[in-house]
Amino acid sequence: MSLQEAAVLGRVDETPRPLKRPKARRGNWGVAVYSVVILLILLIPIIYTIVFSFNVPARTNSTWRGFSFDNWLNIFADQRVVAAFVTSIGIGLLATLAAAALGTAIAIALVRFRFRFRTGLTILLFLPMATPEVVIGSGLGSQFLNIGVDKGLATIIIAHIMFCISFVVITVRARVASLDPAIEEAGRDLYASPAQVWWRITFPLLLPGIVSAALLSFALSFDDFIITAFVRGSTETFPTYIYTAAVRAIPAQANVFASVIFLLAIVVVVAQQLTAAARRRRLAREGG
Amino acid sequence: MAFGAFSNVDTPVVEAPRRRSRAALWLLLPGVVYLGATYLAPLVSLIVTSLKAPDLVNFDIGRYVYAFDIGNYATVLGQYWPIILRSFGYAALATVFALLISYPLAYFIGVGLRKYPLWQALALILVIAPFFMSFLLRTLAWKAIFADEGPVVHFLQGLNILGSNAHLNGTPFMVVFGLTYNFIPFMALPIYTSLERLDLRYLEAGADLYANPAATFWRVTLPLSLPGVVSGTLLVFIPATGDYVNASPQFLGSTQTAMVGNVISDTYFNLQNYPASAALSIVLMVLILIPVGIYLGLTKTEDLL
Repeated sequence: MSLQEAAVLGRVDETPRPLKRPKARRGNWGVAVYSVVILLILLIPIIYTIVFSFNVPARTNSTWRGFSFDNWLNIFADQRVVAAFVTSIGIGLLATLAAAALGTAIAIALVRFRFRFRTGLTILLFLPMATPEVVIGSGLGSQFLNIGVDKGLATIIIAHIMFCISFVVITVRARVASLDPAIEEAGRDLYASPAQVWWRITFPLLLPGIVSAALLSFALSFDDFIITAFVRGSTETFPTYIYTAAVRAIPAQANVFASVIFLLAIVVVVAQQLTAAARRRRLAREGG
Repeated sequence: MAFGAFSNVDTPVVEAPRRRSRAALWLLLPGVVYLGATYLAPLVSLIVTSLKAPDLVNFDIGRYVYAFDIGNYATVLGQYWPIILRSFGYAALATVFALLISYPLAYFIGVGLRKYPLWQALALILVIAPFFMSFLLRTLAWKAIFADEGPVVHFLQGLNILGSNAHLNGTPFMVVFGLTYNFIPFMALPIYTSLERLDLRYLEAGADLYANPAATFWRVTLPLSLPGVVSGTLLVFIPATGDYVNASPQFLGSTQTAMVGNVISDTYFNLQNYPASAALSIVLMVLILIPVGIYLGLTKTEDLL
């Protein structure tokens, strides 16, 4: 609903009404206070993790000893953390790129074309999200074992592409559905080649959707522990490193890297929301 | 499923006539083949593995030969049925709590904040913020906060709610708490997406027809947000049933709170009993798909995606 509509509804409230009619309620202060409290509780572990990245360094990072920038200044001090972090970033980028390409193609086909087995395809896309990660993990693990593939970086990337595809399809499909095919028709009418239509019209218009999908994919891949555990061999990703280290002590640098990724992601999401808001305002102005 | 919250669609949907074309084949083929090889084939592989028998000729840990040993299923069901039951219990509790907590939150963001787009965007970012912080570190943060020497236990002991020797970590309460916390965004986002589209004139109409707010909620708001509730319930219940991080002794659980995921990973990694772990995975998958199928049938939500 647009702002104008909301404003119109707001005015509707002021018109005189029969006496005993109950007031239409959109929620009250109780719901507002409750929601703010829930949001704050959701933030507690995030704030905890960031705060403990500023702890005074010692053998363990489980008790608060005071504020210091030491861990941030010595961010590369623990070689294993750095290696695991770099590995996860690489896996995330490659898996996201591949999943975005495969998923976008499916999304376009789903919106634009008629084909048989549509229901079958919908189920095939739904199932990976409806399967517990531990089942997907042990399944891929046994498959690689049965066909004799050595587990490592490649098998992790293969697994991550798989569970990202469905999320890409859902996210990009909404964007394709909002795209007016007449714009592409116009391009074809003006003798643009299929490649030109794709790169100069379709792709730029789908880009916001693809970016959202890529962000989501990267977040899923970067943070995946359960599936990765079954297909990683001896490769250490950031989550598997934390899981193993949790038995002894997790170096504060792990908190630093996690905080860096978190803050970067928040900056990107905020920027995306602001661009979307600006776009909405522009559209509202142009639309009168 | 209602993942619209991620997609930032701000222009109206244009329903274009769908064409038949060979292009569709080339668009679909790579992704479908990929999912076939990396999702469907592993399921087949799980079934094959679940029927394997120990290699009696060259006996070794983790060595199994192709067979048709249905006994693996009988063994895991007989041995682990209490744990399977417990997993479904914990997941069901976490789903109910996540729904009760998320609905008012999603309503507040989707309806209450509608006149304040900036606050609405901020609240949404706060809901998805946990996705960007390591799930394991967040769970360990709760472990520290609820530790025996931590603030929560001390506070509850001060109020005499907890005994001086009582723990929170390692109890079923903590596992359900952890699962609920972890999956709240997965519940809140789809419900928000449904409520965000809710036409407020329906609520006005309810009031015009002398329905009190409660009646309007039960007969108008809730039914209209049902698709979001269905998506959210599935997105929480399914992963929660298979989760093994929250219930593991290294995190919020103890050996007394083991869930089926803990057993699958234990039999796989520690015992290297791949047939047992595969049989349990198949059992879990079937046991999840049955209630999910019934639930989808009852709620009549055919639009899965």
